[in-house]
Amino acid sequence: MENNIVLEARAIYKSFYDPVKIDVLKDISFNVKRGEFVSVIGKSGCGKSTLLYILSTMDTDYQGELLIDNISMHGKSEKELAAIRNEKIGFVFQFHYLLNEFTVLKNVMLPGFKLNKYNEAELESRALSLLKDLGIEHLAHKMAHKISGGEKQRVSIARAMINDPLIIMCDEPTGNLDNSNTDMVFDIFKELTEVYHKTLLVVTHDMTFAQNTQRTIEMEDGRIVP
Amino acid sequence: MKTRHITEIAGALLLARWKQTLVAAVGVTFSIALFITLLGFMEGLNQLLDGLVLNRTPHIRLYNDIRPSDYQPIDLSEEYKQYYNFVSSIKPANSRKEIHNAQRIIEDLRKDPLVLGVAPKITAQVFYNLGNVDVNGIINGVDVEQETKLFSFSDYVTQGNYYDLKNVANSIVLGIGAANTMMAKVGDVITVTTTEGEQFTLKVVGFFQSGISEIDKTQSYASVATTQKLLGESSNYISDIQVKLKNMDLAPSLAPQYKQVYGVDAEDIQTANAQFETGSSVRSIISYAVGLTLLIVSGFGIYNILNMLIYEKMDTIAILKATGFAGSDVKKIFTAISLSIGVFGAIAGAIFGFLFSKIIDAIPFNTDSLPTIETYPIDYGVQYYMIAVLFALVTTYLAGWFPARKASKIDPVEIIRGK
Repeated sequence: MENNIVLEARAIYKSFYDPVKIDVLKDISFNVKRGEFVSVIGKSGCGKSTLLYILSTMDTDYQGELLIDNISMHGKSEKELAAIRNEKIGFVFQFHYLLNEFTVLKNVMLPGFKLNKYNEAELESRALSLLKDLGIEHLAHKMAHKISGGEKQRVSIARAMINDPLIIMCDEPTGNLDNSNTDMVFDIFKELTEVYHKTLLVVTHDMTFAQNTQRTIEMEDGRIVP
Repeated sequence: MKTRHITEIAGALLLARWKQTLVAAVGVTFSIALFITLLGFMEGLNQLLDGLVLNRTPHIRLYNDIRPSDYQPIDLSEEYKQYYNFVSSIKPANSRKEIHNAQRIIEDLRKDPLVLGVAPKITAQVFYNLGNVDVNGIINGVDVEQETKLFSFSDYVTQGNYYDLKNVANSIVLGIGAANTMMAKVGDVITVTTTEGEQFTLKVVGFFQSGISEIDKTQSYASVATTQKLLGESSNYISDIQVKLKNMDLAPSLAPQYKQVYGVDAEDIQTANAQFETGSSVRSIISYAVGLTLLIVSGFGIYNILNMLIYEKMDTIAILKATGFAGSDVKKIFTAISLSIGVFGAIAGAIFGFLFSKIIDAIPFNTDSLPTIETYPIDYGVQYYMIAVLFALVTTYLAGWFPARKASKIDPVEIIRGK
């Protein structure tokens, strides 16, 4: 049988110690299979963002085991983890997080520079075709801070896609957008999973958004609600 | 990660804060320009002051010292060999000031590959006769051509033609101070009395101004032949042999060798003029200290500005790290920013330093004691530019290193969560 598990969490615990010990995550175990569109929902403070940072390898201070592409993230150096994030994970944040010093096109290309798999011309044509798919190719040469919020979110989706990652992680991707833009972003995600067979893990508190995904993981008080 | 992409990101961050970056770069430029100007000026002055004495001083002087014999008769006695012998009030015997076989020594020295040139010299004590008054004086008998070639004699002859010393028989170049005392003009005839009591008339063919008034009041120059005549000696008589070496630093080690080989006394320039060396090196140390302080201060400026840049660009750093840039990449980016400020500042500073030096070099500086100097002295030594640029790069690298390390340690989660 083909093992198509992309991301697997095994009994992840995390606590904050400042000022007193608070258990944020308790015994989190689940997996995400290739091509799945998964949403994680829960109230503010239930630990879903914290979980995402752990799953994205940015936060390494936890107990338990995390496997990405069936490789354990345990004991890897900061440099190795950065390389894994670069190659296998794409990010979309709530506050878009584009680099204002660069054009839209450069923003999309940046993770590709780091991966260094394609040469600059190839990278540029990939970036342009991604922007075209998202309907924003006319913005390619604008500075990142001169475009609207919905456009920024589409640019960051393009950036998440540039290295053709195994999984795209989103932290409240629609939290900052109005309804029409939310629908647009959702349609893009849907298309990504259905047409491009991408794997998506979306953290959100938007119930309607979550209900439309293939699978919903609900969290409460640091645990997954069974 | 290609270097080009690192520099591209660094460049974009730089331009985003171009005003602060410019201020930092101007700080480096200013300190390097001042460093170069200060040291060039200080060293120019050093060389000028040292040159006053050192240019005209032989690197090694061979002469016969007037002193008692090293071995007194009692030392040669078999009977008292085992004793300590004390002889008080020893006087020198009737020793000769003349260097024995001087011509052969001069020829021999000229063949030495370490030697730049050799000039003979005779000194004669005289009195300049001013009516009833006699003024103390010293006449240096020199070989005009060698003296000019090795000791810039012609630079110090301010009036008249120094070459006449050779062409006109019984001629003299008077020290300017002595000439003023005697109210002598070029073309006049003066009378001198030698220590032997003989009177001579000499024709004044020029004036000599060394810049040291004590010397100008007493010393005058005549040809070797004229001086031999004054002293009533034969044409073999030479009292000093002046040796100029290709490398002055060898003088202390060569002097004892010459002393042994030629059986004469030898004095090297470092022993004779120790105080000049000390003065020069202390002045150099002070100017280096001031210059390097300027560079370090500008380093702190860069440190501050980079720290500020990092606080402003936390989001950028966080997103770079989130999308897979490692801490070391971030560090490289910020080090590149710092180094580019350093490189730009260093190049501009070197250019400005050169211009400032040129400006100082053009400022008139006339003083009676320094006849050959018309403007402030500047040394355009390439070593100051090298030191300044090298030190600027090291300082800016270090100034960038600490903030860069801080940036590389930023935890993206904290920044993203903080929003």
